[in-house]
Amino acid sequence: MTHKPPSLFDWNIVGPAIVDSFRKLDPRLMIKNPVMFVTQIGALLTTVAIFTATAERGFITHLAIWLWFTVLFANFAEAVAEGRGKAQAQALRRTRVKTTAHRIGSGGRTEDVNANDLRKGDIVVVRAGEVVPADGDVIEGAATVDESAITGESAPVIRESGGDRSAVTGGTRVLSDEIRVRVTINPGEGFLDRMISLVEGAKRQKTPNEIALTILLSALTLIFLLVCVTLKPFGIYSNAAFSVPVLIALLVCLIPTTIGGLLSAIGIAGMDRLLQHNVLAMSGRAVEAAGDVDVLLLDKTGTITLGNRQATEFIPAPGVSEKELADAAQLASLADETPEGRSVVVLAKKFGIRERQIHELPLAQFVKFTAQTRMSGVNVNGTQYRKGAADAIRGFVKTPVPAAVEDSVQKVSRAGGTPLLVATRDRVLGLIHLKDIVKGGLRERFKRLRTMGIKTIMITGDNPLTATAIAAEAGVDDFLAEAKPEDKLALIRREQSGGRMIAMIGDGTNDAPALAQADVGVAMNTGTQAAKEAGNMVDLDSNPTKLIEVIEIGKQLLITRGSLTTFSIANDVAKYFAIIPAMLMGTFPAIAPLNVMALHSPTSAILSAVIFNALIIVALIPLALRGVKFNPIGAVAILQRNLLIYGAGGVVIPFVGIKLIDMLLTALNLV
Amino acid sequence: MQPSDWLQLAVYVVTLAAITKPMGLYLMQVLDAGGRTWLDPVLKPLERLTYRLMGVRPDGEQDWRRYTGSMLLFSLVGLLFTYAILRLQHLLPLNPQGFGPVSPDLAFNTAVSFTTNTNWQSYSGESTMSYLSQMVALAFHNFVSAATGIAIAAALVRGIARHSTKLLGNFWVDLVRITYYLLLPICLVFAVILVSQGMIQNFRPYTKASLVEPMKISVEKKNDKGATIKSPDGKTVMEEQTVTEQVIPQGPMASQVAIKMLGTNGGGYVNANAAHPFENPTPLSNFLQMLSIFAIGSGLTWYLGRMTKNQAHGWSVWAAMMALFLGGVLLCWWAEAAGNPIHHQLGAAVADGNMEGKEVRFGIFNSALFATVTTDASCGAVNAMHDSFTALGGFVPLFNMQLGEIIIGGVGAGLYGMLVFVVLAVFIAGLMVGRTPEYLGKKIQSYEVKMAMLALLVLCFTLLGFAAWASVSAWGLAGRNNEGPHGLSEILYAFSSAVGNNGSAFAGLSANTPWYNTTLGIAMLFGRFLMIVPIMAMAGSLAQKKLVPASAGTFPVSGVTFIVLLLGTVLLIGALNFLPVLTLGPVVEHFLTAQGKLF
Repeated sequence: MTHKPPSLFDWNIVGPAIVDSFRKLDPRLMIKNPVMFVTQIGALLTTVAIFTATAERGFITHLAIWLWFTVLFANFAEAVAEGRGKAQAQALRRTRVKTTAHRIGSGGRTEDVNANDLRKGDIVVVRAGEVVPADGDVIEGAATVDESAITGESAPVIRESGGDRSAVTGGTRVLSDEIRVRVTINPGEGFLDRMISLVEGAKRQKTPNEIALTILLSALTLIFLLVCVTLKPFGIYSNAAFSVPVLIALLVCLIPTTIGGLLSAIGIAGMDRLLQHNVLAMSGRAVEAAGDVDVLLLDKTGTITLGNRQATEFIPAPGVSEKELADAAQLASLADETPEGRSVVVLAKKFGIRERQIHELPLAQFVKFTAQTRMSGVNVNGTQYRKGAADAIRGFVKTPVPAAVEDSVQKVSRAGGTPLLVATRDRVLGLIHLKDIVKGGLRERFKRLRTMGIKTIMITGDNPLTATAIAAEAGVDDFLAEAKPEDKLALIRREQSGGRMIAMIGDGTNDAPALAQADVGVAMNTGTQAAKEAGNMVDLDSNPTKLIEVIEIGKQLLITRGSLTTFSIANDVAKYFAIIPAMLMGTFPAIAPLNVMALHSPTSAILSAVIFNALIIVALIPLALRGVKFNPIGAVAILQRNLLIYGAGGVVIPFVGIKLIDMLLTALNLV
Repeated sequence: MQPSDWLQLAVYVVTLAAITKPMGLYLMQVLDAGGRTWLDPVLKPLERLTYRLMGVRPDGEQDWRRYTGSMLLFSLVGLLFTYAILRLQHLLPLNPQGFGPVSPDLAFNTAVSFTTNTNWQSYSGESTMSYLSQMVALAFHNFVSAATGIAIAAALVRGIARHSTKLLGNFWVDLVRITYYLLLPICLVFAVILVSQGMIQNFRPYTKASLVEPMKISVEKKNDKGATIKSPDGKTVMEEQTVTEQVIPQGPMASQVAIKMLGTNGGGYVNANAAHPFENPTPLSNFLQMLSIFAIGSGLTWYLGRMTKNQAHGWSVWAAMMALFLGGVLLCWWAEAAGNPIHHQLGAAVADGNMEGKEVRFGIFNSALFATVTTDASCGAVNAMHDSFTALGGFVPLFNMQLGEIIIGGVGAGLYGMLVFVVLAVFIAGLMVGRTPEYLGKKIQSYEVKMAMLALLVLCFTLLGFAAWASVSAWGLAGRNNEGPHGLSEILYAFSSAVGNNGSAFAGLSANTPWYNTTLGIAMLFGRFLMIVPIMAMAGSLAQKKLVPASAGTFPVSGVTFIVLLLGTVLLIGALNFLPVLTLGPVVEHFLTAQGKLF
């Protein structure tokens, strides 16, 4: 399930964000963002100029106000993104406040302590009806646990000691039985805590692409700083004395304040979107890496197929009717409680055979499946009905298996199915075709991935024959058959040495090395602690196809950054045409034709450009938080689309915007 | 703008396109230490001997630090060598005119100028340099500074093409092979062709000719000590002088001119450069000279495509360059053909366009084309006086140089300069396809962005910094020939030319002063070497990266979208920085001229 994102104009977020915008004016925080830091210094200098200037005080005051707004708007964008992330994280965290834990002390006695005081290695008892106080592993007992607080999934799940279902998450509720849990984390180190710190300012670290982009933006800022500083002497040469506030206005308009102001908000919003999909990321780097993934490793069972084989067809032996076979198959499966067995019973119903209940056959003697016999069945009225693997049945039946049936066995195997023979002691009745059922809609999703340039590889323990058939049906690009856990790791290493980035999802302890090796390793929340520690994301829903959403979020994050950077830089053209003629008009009236927007006056032109520059940040906050829409249409098409919207649009929009603001200012007699 | 002119432009572009692939194919062999050419029988022994004398192991490749270090060491030695020859030319042979030693600041400026492939000349060659200085000190650099630029471009391309390695080739091997196999043979043939067109090649002393009609000129009056005399109001006192004879320079011109063009050096043998009838005798020689300026740079784009196994990328880079080139030619040609608006107002010489400062033999079109070509490539040879162009006509060469000489560009330098923009374009737009930006399978990360931006910062800081200083200092202002915006253009042009390692001048500026010689010298050094170092660092980093296999999600680096993107990046990131000051210079001048105001 996904949490509904809070509305963009939720006062619970906007209110504190406004306060935060001012708090973030602290230069120690501002310096982390060089572009906005320069803007802030510009605003400060312009403010000083209000008092030192001899003329045009009103204009300089206007300028100063809007420069401060520019800084505040950028801070506001960041604060809103943080607020939304925190709100989402808090909703998850709320479950675990004021939990009391029953810790087992040194003497074996239990003592009640606050959950926040638990340390790694502590052992706690959780009884039916209680909330699990912290993340940990079940070391004793089994229980049904309601994890809906975290996953939103209402059906309870079983958690038991040993194996791959031993992990419990703090905040979930035990419904039945009693378990002993060894706490695996210290307070404040839980996945949720880490996630919260990622969206909060203090501990947030820049991701690699963010660093590269910051370098680009800082260098551009330096270049434009130089442009504006040298304009002073060039102005002196040309007998056009440019005042400091005007040069600052030019500087702030030219430096990439739009992307500079929204950059951190975009990154935080990416985290927020992951949270909305119930995925906790351990680092921003992981989210970004998700966008770069080239290869997706998917376990067959549970991810690509429904997880269980199902009977899809009865193939009778010569001289046996389909109904006869169905009847026998159902009898042989009555005691078989496995999903495969149930599916035989269900399929038989389609042949008009009523589902018989075990108690209807009091004399029947049921034979359970064992690893030795590899058959199951029933003895009724002296007839022994059996179903089982082909070679097991061959040994059971006294007569040879008809050639036509052997043919069918081969055919079913080749098609990737599992043939089960049905027989009595003296006659083979036919076979059941058990088939892996591929989940619906996967083919389209894999196609979507392919257009993004991502290769899907299915991992399965099946033999290559079966794997080929399922791979073809599901539409994956490649498969690894008869895979052992170490094969998975080897595959990842091999792909990585070819320069590819690998994503995988896993839950078992034996997945941990592969999860750690993969560039994006998503651990299922139901998985073991080892798996969760090894991966760099945790999917609270434990939904294996979630990786696809994670990848799209990663891509969306990068696209949003790139698009707004392009937009920001493209904006400069219009700002030049607004400000440069305004600066020179006094000295060289002849350049009036350069004032292509026909702006009212030099002061209105400069002010309009500065106001546009400030307002565009606010206008783009929703886009930064929501992310630029991502369509899997191939890199060339995406590039063309975004270049047109954000590149060409970035050139045109400010011309319109500045002109409108200029008209408004003139109409209001503000200049 | 007549049909014959359009035809010439078409012939020029088509011929250039036609020689691009053959040149690229040849470069593939020259820039491969084990490459084979049909000159091997003659040159291979010479090449081996050179390595033995230099103590170079031809198979020992270098990482970016050692490659760059070798290049810097070589350039430093070359610089000192040239400085020494210029300072001592009066003591050295081949000085029939008996020229004295070159002054320290001019010698510094000139040595830097030739080492950096700029060939800015604050002097008139025919009245300053001995034959030895021309041939040994300067011609030597014409070859090796060109070879250095090509070598750096080759190292960068190798960095892009190779993966998981630190090695970028061997500088000494590249230097020797480029000089022996590429520059010397082509120049030999080219010089012979130029001689066939009437260009001179001799060691005769200058000849004198009596003027049919003696003319009077006004010169600065000097006192006994040779200093200028100032009148009480501070003006220089002038006196009339009658000239009765003309000195006609002689010398080994064709050999100098061949490499000056092919190596995009541009230093004229005589001050008038390619406008002089000896240096550019016929329309064919004019055409071939323009073609040779672009020849190697154009071939290098093909080399890029072949090396990176993406020929479409090579052609796309070429196409982006050509788009900028054609834009420049058309604007310059149109502005010159339209002529001076004041002439229009007076009804004078309207049909001719602006012929001031142009050689009648070449006319408007060939002057505009030459001016664009020479400033697109960092050649700097001129066949017309750019100072006399109209405001917009002069804007084009200025703008071309400020872009960083990336339109075909100086040999090698043009390609590595353009690749800086390619990296930036890929980085900014690459994010837009939803992946960490990749350039031909290499991830573009913070280190590459840092180095690319550093190269741009060097260009901007040096150019704008020095020009701003010049525009408000007495030293800077003293050199101007004109007042107002045109004077600013002259200053800007000088520093753009120096930083871009172009070497052409807006003829108005008198740059042979200690201040200009020094600042321009520093600007040339920065514009060359401070750009090369970060670019080589980028090459080193790219070479070490793993290759990400291409997929449907990979950023496309060829095709129309990429070309548009690259042009946008060049114009938005490369050009916008200079817009304010260009507005104060040529743009304001253009509007003022339209109102009848001249400078």
